[in-house]
Amino acid sequence: MTQIIALVLGALFGAGLYLAGMTNPSKIINFLDIAGTWDPSLIFVMGGGIPVAAIGYSILKKREKPLVFDDIQVPIHDVIDQPLVIGSVMFGIGWGVSGLCPGPAFASVLTEPTIYYPIFDQLSSR
Amino acid sequence: MTEFTPIPSLLGGLLIGLSAAVVFVFFGRILGISGIVARTLNFDFGSGLWRPFFLIGLVVSPVVLSMIAPSPHGFEPMGLIPMMIGGFLVGYGTRVGSGCTSGHGICGISRLSKRSIVATCTFMTAAVMTVFVVRHLFESAL
Repeated sequence: MTQIIALVLGALFGAGLYLAGMTNPSKIINFLDIAGTWDPSLIFVMGGGIPVAAIGYSILKKREKPLVFDDIQVPIHDVIDQPLVIGSVMFGIGWGVSGLCPGPAFASVLTEPTIYYPIFDQLSSR
Repeated sequence: MTEFTPIPSLLGGLLIGLSAAVVFVFFGRILGISGIVARTLNFDFGSGLWRPFFLIGLVVSPVVLSMIAPSPHGFEPMGLIPMMIGGFLVGYGTRVGSGCTSGHGICGISRLSKRSIVATCTFMTAAVMTVFVVRHLFESAL
C-alpha cells in the first residue's frame, strides 16, 4: 500500500513540475533573469505550492503520528550554520548556470532524452 | 524569452503542494527531492520503500503526460558545459545545504522553518546573481 501511495505522490509531483514549466531550463533562467527577459511564472508555482503544503503540515502537527508511518521525521533544529549557507550558495550558482534543480532534473530523465545528446556526442567522438 | 504562464504554473504549484501535503499527513516526512535521491542512492529506501517508489512515479508521470498532451512550455536546455558544472554544484550544494527547491523552498517555508527560509533566500539570491553575471556581464562581453 505504501508503495502505491508513494508512486501516486511521485507522479502527482512530477505532473505538477511538468505543468508548471519547471522542467524547461530556459523558463527557470528567465525567472532568475530579473534584469532581462524576466518570466515571473515561477512565483505562481511557489504561491500555489506553499499554502497547500502548509495545510498538510498543520494537519500533521495536530496528529500524534502520520496516517501510514509510525513516527514523524521532520527536522526541529533551527540553527543557521555554515554548511546551510555555503551549500545553498553552491546550489544557487548551479541552478542559475543549468536551469535545473533536482526535482525537474529527474522529471526530465525520460521525457527529454535530448538533454543527454551532447554527452553522447562527446563520448562517441573519441 | 519564455511566455508568462500564470495559470499552468499556479495549477502545477497546487499539484506540487498537494503532493507535499499528503507526504506530510500520510508519511510524516519532508518531500525534498535532493534528500530522497541521496538516501535512495545510499540504499536508505525508507519505510515501505517509499523513496524509490516516489522517484519512479516522478520519472514516469511526465512521460505519460507528454504522450497525452505536449508540455505547454517546451524544453530548451543549456549546453553541455553549463549542464555539467550546474549538475555538480546542484548535487553537491543541496547535500551540504540539506535541501533544494522542494525541501527548503516548498516544505520548509510552508512550516516556517528558519533554516529553510534562510536557505531559500540564499539560493535564490545566488541564482539571480549567477544569471546576471552569465547573461549580462559575460555574454554581452563576448
